[in-house]
Amino acid sequence: MLAHEFFRNALLAGTFVALACGGVGYFVVLRAQVFAGDALSHVAFTGALAAAAAGIDTRIGLFAATIAVAIVLGGIGRRAGSDDVAIGIVFAWILGLGVLFLALFSTSANGGNGLLGARALFGSIFGLDASDARLAAVIGALILAAVLAIARPLLFASVDPGVAAVRGVPVRALGLVFLVLVAATTAEATQAVGALLLLGLLAAPAGAAHRLTPNPYLALALSVTLAVLATWGGLALSYAIPSLPPSTAIIAIAGASYMLAFLATADWARARRPLRAGSAHPGLVEN
Amino acid sequence: MLTDALAATGPSLDPLSDLSQLTAYPFMVNALEAGTIVAVTAGVVGWFMVLRKQAFAGHTLSVMAFPGATAALLVGLSAAAGYFVFSGAAALIIAAAAAGRTPRGPGHESALTGTVQAVGLACGFLFLSLYGGVLANYESLLFGSFLGITHGQVLALALVAVVALGLLAVAGRPLLFASLDEHVASARGVPTRALGAGFLLLLGLAVAETAQITGALLVFALLVAPPATAQLITPRIAPSLILSVVLGILITWVGLALAYFYDYPVGFYITTVAFAAYVIARVARSLADRPTRLTARARAAEAEA
Repeated sequence: MLAHEFFRNALLAGTFVALACGGVGYFVVLRAQVFAGDALSHVAFTGALAAAAAGIDTRIGLFAATIAVAIVLGGIGRRAGSDDVAIGIVFAWILGLGVLFLALFSTSANGGNGLLGARALFGSIFGLDASDARLAAVIGALILAAVLAIARPLLFASVDPGVAAVRGVPVRALGLVFLVLVAATTAEATQAVGALLLLGLLAAPAGAAHRLTPNPYLALALSVTLAVLATWGGLALSYAIPSLPPSTAIIAIAGASYMLAFLATADWARARRPLRAGSAHPGLVEN
Repeated sequence: MLTDALAATGPSLDPLSDLSQLTAYPFMVNALEAGTIVAVTAGVVGWFMVLRKQAFAGHTLSVMAFPGATAALLVGLSAAAGYFVFSGAAALIIAAAAAGRTPRGPGHESALTGTVQAVGLACGFLFLSLYGGVLANYESLLFGSFLGITHGQVLALALVAVVALGLLAVAGRPLLFASLDEHVASARGVPTRALGAGFLLLLGLAVAETAQITGALLVFALLVAPPATAQLITPRIAPSLILSVVLGILITWVGLALAYFYDYPVGFYITTVAFAAYVIARVARSLADRPTRLTARARAAEAEA
């Protein structure tokens, strides 16, 4: 398996993509911003196709579009309390733009078929060459390093923004920096698992880690580990079964890990008791 | 193709002749009828979705149309059947998991929703590649098409819409109560959990219907934009609900007409018109709010002095 160059490239890129997704994903789930991650992943699709329609490197389109939208979302969010709706409307429109670019690209002379669209949506990790893979690894490592660098204040600002602000933590600025990191992660992961599927790598390992342990650093490590294991397992599985696309295999394993964590920790007895005031959102476990 | 030939002509500036041109072909009449039915359902169901802050769940259920359609292709059923099965199953999973959640805050529900969405889309991609390479028209599954809608499909859409709106008419009042204040409603004996689960199923039904016109990825625009715009314009319940439906219909008609006259995808036009309506409403709202905020500040300053 490791004798093939395409597999080594996929393994290198996939590992670092998973490291970035696992690390960023932990905070995405903690801050309940999965929907923002969802939106940014769809923006990545539009960015890739806009770059293709304009004839420039796809990666430039990916990073430029997601980071620009992250800054806009950081600006409009948190103010009105209608967060999700604003996010949803912005990304529905950007996705509409993506459709336009897809049409422009596939009707232009150099275009051809819908293959590029399919690659942007569902990833093509086995198609990366050595330089692509190295670049993806460097970017993934940088994202993880940035997340670890701001982990402590970000954790504080996420768990209790009010107290953190009083203690002098720049809560708003951290929120914006974090959204930009999420954007970079989605752009990075689009190359590996595709714009539509990367949400699984962002949400599932992190969600499982959150369920398994309340300790933040342990959960962060667990989230990264699960993401990497899902990627390795997915690549191996897809190599063994050629008709199984690698991105599907990765997401299936990540989803299965979340399901197992969910079943292991779900409190079904509690669910049968009637809802009482104050029991719906008791907040995070204090530690 | 038919539209390619027509697109070259473009609209004349005479609205009456444009309208008669729009309705001259049966395929366009079917598209307008289907679009109207879909816009009404999405406007009403989406209104509750926005009120309940379930945009993420709505988006997740709507993308389930993609695995639904590809699975149906794979086993040789009609795409609509696949839509309903997958959206319904995802709604049940999200509702069941919401009941079994551990007390650890809102992030967990969204992690679950995100996982369901990604796994669903991954299944869709798997079915697509099992079906044999890249399906030629996977784009219309994702991004919609208003061509080739038959009269039978319009009738089926109407039937689903009547069922969905009928259910909402029956459960509307308690659902509204539960959406506005879950705890008080629960204390008053309203079955808030059952209503929440039922609403998710209804949402699944509505998006499965809408996706047949707009495609899996763009349903969301019709589901979220008209209600959000309407709720920005007026906080009163009945007027904003009616406004949501009217806006949905207008957005769909304008989008379809633009797609008819200019040769770009209908999904692009519908999302753009919807986005423009929301932006205009939001700017108007903040302009309308500004003087009152200033006067409030002036009054506060007066009281201090």
